[in-house]
Amino acid sequence: MQDQKPAEHGHPTAAVYLRVAAVLVILTVLEVGVFYVPQFHGVLVPVLLFLSAVKFTLVVMFYMHLKMDSPFFTFLFGGPLLLATAVILALMFLFGAFTLRR
Amino acid sequence: MSHRTSLGLDNRKMAFWAFIGSECLLFGSLIATYLVYKGRSVVGPYPHDVLNIPFTSISTFDLLMSSLMMVLALAAVQRSDMRWAKVWLFSTALLGIFFLCGQVYEFTSFVHEGLTLQRNLFGATFFVLTGTHGAHVSVGVLWLLTLWYRALRGKLTAANAMTVEITGLYWHFVDVIWIVIFTVVYLIQ
Repeated sequence: MQDQKPAEHGHPTAAVYLRVAAVLVILTVLEVGVFYVPQFHGVLVPVLLFLSAVKFTLVVMFYMHLKMDSPFFTFLFGGPLLLATAVILALMFLFGAFTLRR
Repeated sequence: MSHRTSLGLDNRKMAFWAFIGSECLLFGSLIATYLVYKGRSVVGPYPHDVLNIPFTSISTFDLLMSSLMMVLALAAVQRSDMRWAKVWLFSTALLGIFFLCGQVYEFTSFVHEGLTLQRNLFGATFFVLTGTHGAHVSVGVLWLLTLWYRALRGKLTAANAMTVEITGLYWHFVDVIWIVIFTVVYLIQ
């Protein structure tokens, strides 16, 4: 079985893939580093979530080619992703994870 | 056989993105369950008692590198360089197997330390979330080895690049889910 020639391409080169991998490794080292440095403990959660979001975005944009592919694929992925995030936040809110302090 | 949809997109690729969207909801529900029950275990072991950050960091690095191998395999198939395609496909599967071995070691050591699925809320939500991810990695490894075997037999060519790309989409999705799990479960304790 052979595939038709894909039209929605324009994939990055191996050099771009290697640069993205280098950035991903650096971000992972930063994540682990931030975890072990006591000075960062006050801002640990937002910093880790930010670094994780950057890694997530890099993989999705470059390795899964959403940056170059049809925006419809971004819609197919982004819609459920937003819904899943909303479900997580709603459940955490309902179960008291964001209880306001008096 | 692939076909073009009315949007001019490959039908299999579109279907696979829709599948990945549904997987987002599956993992979203599991992550939500973990976070909702976080810190509510009434008996130990607790996360800080058992989680081994240096070990899991190596597993994370392993999975990130497997994603790199996967895109290099796709690039090799697209330029008809089947020799390197075979090397990268096998390397991706091998790194996936290393990740699974790490997970088996981690689960075994946790059980020896008293953390089981039935022990507390942390054990139940942790094992279900990471176990579901591990099951996805296992499927990915089998899929990659199948492609590698086809390549060895000369049945994988540049004309099958879309098949490799879809395999890559699955593998990278497994990787991005681990990026979230590593942060939410391991680093934010």
